[in-house]
Amino acid sequence: MLRLAALRLLAVVPIALGVTIICFVLMFVAPGDPIQTLLPDNATPEVIALLRQAYGLDKPLPVQYLVWLGHLLRGDLGTSIGTGRSVAAELGAAIGNTAIVAGGAAIVGFSLGLALGLLAGTHRGGWIDRVASAVALCGLSVPQYWLGIVMVILFSVTLNWLPAMGMGPHGLSWHWEDLRNLVMPVATLSLIPAGIVTRITRDRVAELLRQDFVRTLRAQGLPTRTIIAHVLKNAAPPILAVMGLQLGYLFGGSILVETVFNWPGVGFLMSNAILRRDQPTLQGAILVLSLGFVFLNLLVDLLQSSVDPRIRRG
Amino acid sequence: MRRVVLGLLASALAFGAQAESVLRVAMTAGDIPIVIGQADQGYEGFRFVSYNLYDSLVAWDLSSADHASGVVPGLAVSWTVDPADHTRWTLKLREGVKWQDGLPFTADDVVWNFGRLMDPKAPQFHPGQYADARTRLPDYKGIEKVDDHTVIIITKQETALLPYQLAFLVMVSPAQYAKVGGWEGFAKAPIGTGPYKFDKIVPRERLELVPNKDYWDAKRIPKQDRLVLYPMPEATTRAAALLSGQVNWIEAPAPDTIDKLRQSGFKIITNAYPHIWSYELSYQGASPFKDFRVRQAANYAVDRAGLKELLGGMMIESYGNVTRDHPWYGKPSFDIKYDPDMARKLLKEAGYDKAHPAKVKIAISTAGSGQMQPLPMNEFVQQNLNDVGFDVSFDVMDWNALIDFMRASAAGPVAVRNSDNGINFSRNTQDPFGAICRFEQTNQFGGSGSNWGGFSNKEVDEVCDAATHEFDPVKQDALFAKAHALMVDNAVMVWIAHDVNPRALSPKLHGFIQAKNWFQDLTPVTVDP
Repeated sequence: MLRLAALRLLAVVPIALGVTIICFVLMFVAPGDPIQTLLPDNATPEVIALLRQAYGLDKPLPVQYLVWLGHLLRGDLGTSIGTGRSVAAELGAAIGNTAIVAGGAAIVGFSLGLALGLLAGTHRGGWIDRVASAVALCGLSVPQYWLGIVMVILFSVTLNWLPAMGMGPHGLSWHWEDLRNLVMPVATLSLIPAGIVTRITRDRVAELLRQDFVRTLRAQGLPTRTIIAHVLKNAAPPILAVMGLQLGYLFGGSILVETVFNWPGVGFLMSNAILRRDQPTLQGAILVLSLGFVFLNLLVDLLQSSVDPRIRRG
Repeated sequence: MRRVVLGLLASALAFGAQAESVLRVAMTAGDIPIVIGQADQGYEGFRFVSYNLYDSLVAWDLSSADHASGVVPGLAVSWTVDPADHTRWTLKLREGVKWQDGLPFTADDVVWNFGRLMDPKAPQFHPGQYADARTRLPDYKGIEKVDDHTVIIITKQETALLPYQLAFLVMVSPAQYAKVGGWEGFAKAPIGTGPYKFDKIVPRERLELVPNKDYWDAKRIPKQDRLVLYPMPEATTRAAALLSGQVNWIEAPAPDTIDKLRQSGFKIITNAYPHIWSYELSYQGASPFKDFRVRQAANYAVDRAGLKELLGGMMIESYGNVTRDHPWYGKPSFDIKYDPDMARKLLKEAGYDKAHPAKVKIAISTAGSGQMQPLPMNEFVQQNLNDVGFDVSFDVMDWNALIDFMRASAAGPVAVRNSDNGINFSRNTQDPFGAICRFEQTNQFGGSGSNWGGFSNKEVDEVCDAATHEFDPVKQDALFAKAHALMVDNAVMVWIAHDVNPRALSPKLHGFIQAKNWFQDLTPVTVDP
């Protein structure tokens, strides 16, 4: 187990380097310039040149990358060209905000997916299966931004039950006025993970229920509850893998959902950074997110191997 | 007993909180504009942050919804050019003005601020602030303090536009900069002389300002208890936030939400302001627009009234860089109107017809500051032009790429490679030079100005030159009007629309006067409980 963890941790270094190099190059290949939004439309070439120099954008691309890397190795993610604020601080706050909504969506989506998947798998072909599968299909097919807008129209504009946008006044807290702001973004974001987890759980449970070891357990007269527990344990590895991936996507922030609900998370931050070509912010965000994704996958792998010894042996 | 007292206290506090009148504004910006002086996020940043926290030496007149908005005294009560040397301007500063921390505002502060904005060697120099300020004030050479309330600004060459240019530069507190140790600290606790004081900022969420009760202009002490600014780039989200009562003021409601907002009792406020949405044309290479008849034909082909209907009335038909009732419009002889037959006739004379259309490619963006509804609007104009004998295609870019493309001019590498003949790039026409001459003077082409296509005309150059050196405001206006008339007569652009700066306000808000300006005064707004 430790060897696996060490190997995977070592693999993080080339992955992170690769991701940052690709991101760096893509930013320069794309038309546009990070300083454009700082300048009035009639800025003179002299002013543009001074600004490029001030932000180090006049240097050759490899030099710019190495400078950025040098700062990174000293723990400095740099300063946003757009806002002048520290990228680390911006990112920290944004990740915190996304974590609130992503965590909520994971809890809701995974619980719902597991419950529906289990029900559908154990009632394969019946009406429960059809309803659960239809719900899962809707979750996967309905565009999240559309659902977000419809929920806003219904629950904010028409019924005036829930706030239409933003975080509550206190951020993460147990105040009802803050929790109300979470309801719609969490519901919207949880739809896709709920759908995916339902489908994988249903398929695995249904498949396992047909296997010999389940027949043997039944022949031994074990209660259904115990049999389901065995089935779930066997079904866990692929479900955990899917959950890990979904958790990664959720923590990466959803540009569309965060924009619809004006939620100041990572998606919102990156969307602004892309539009402004704010390279330090984008570079920092992609690095941190990709590292997060890698660590999350590592965690899932370790979890899988602790649940299923065959993976460890393999 | 203790519980009862605490409960009563809580109720009293809650009542106090409810009684606070709060103006909650949803901006179109994706982030809170920079708060250290010259704001980013286009003119929206200046509208809501710069001119609320700070003052400029010369101010915009935002007091009327009826007349064109000019300049008035701000932190300077007067500005006069030296009759013997037109490069020296004496500014008398307003006495009795205090920074929001109580310190007096003096000439030393002004000199320090010009170091911040203009002198790369000054310790307080800020490159981002410089980039904005230097572009506004390109002829600045130096500043001298005469006494505590007088400064002299020296320009590299004589320019009569200095008062307009100074209106874009806001003054920030040197003492606060020293106290907090730099710009990063200043951004967390900015101090100016403006009508609002900084209270709180939550990056990317909201900026909260409170009235400066000691503001030097008693008439402009804010009539609300608090102003909260939210960045909210998505138009649907802004409308929902207004309809659900989370905000009571939204910028730029989408045209298709305006009826719903009106029906729900919200006030839709519009007014002309210095904005233009046009096609700037290329005069390079084989551009068909080099032919005067083609340019005239394009102007005759656009059904501006139809476009206005498409936008639910949210535009003004454009026949020049300023509206026809503006003092700078002048008296052009080219009577622009919707006349597709005339357009066809002119195109035919120029050698084009339906079988051999005039092929043109226009660079457009999918969104962007001031671009209104770029996709449906451009498709509408494309249809108009194609109907009379053009064959219009688009080079579609995102906003940042279009800015890059605009700066490179029609002779830039992308325009040449893609054979682009025009650009749809909304512009501000706030000051007379910025409204007129920068688009048509020969020396404004090629990276040093806004004459994107490279139009050149000797008479235009002479009139613009005279206008920028005319120190009598009345004569100056007349010269700019002449320059504008020449622009229309030469059909320098295809004029299409002026935005009307729509905003939707809760019926609980009163007292707002929408000036004919990009900037607005929020201080008179009252908020009903």
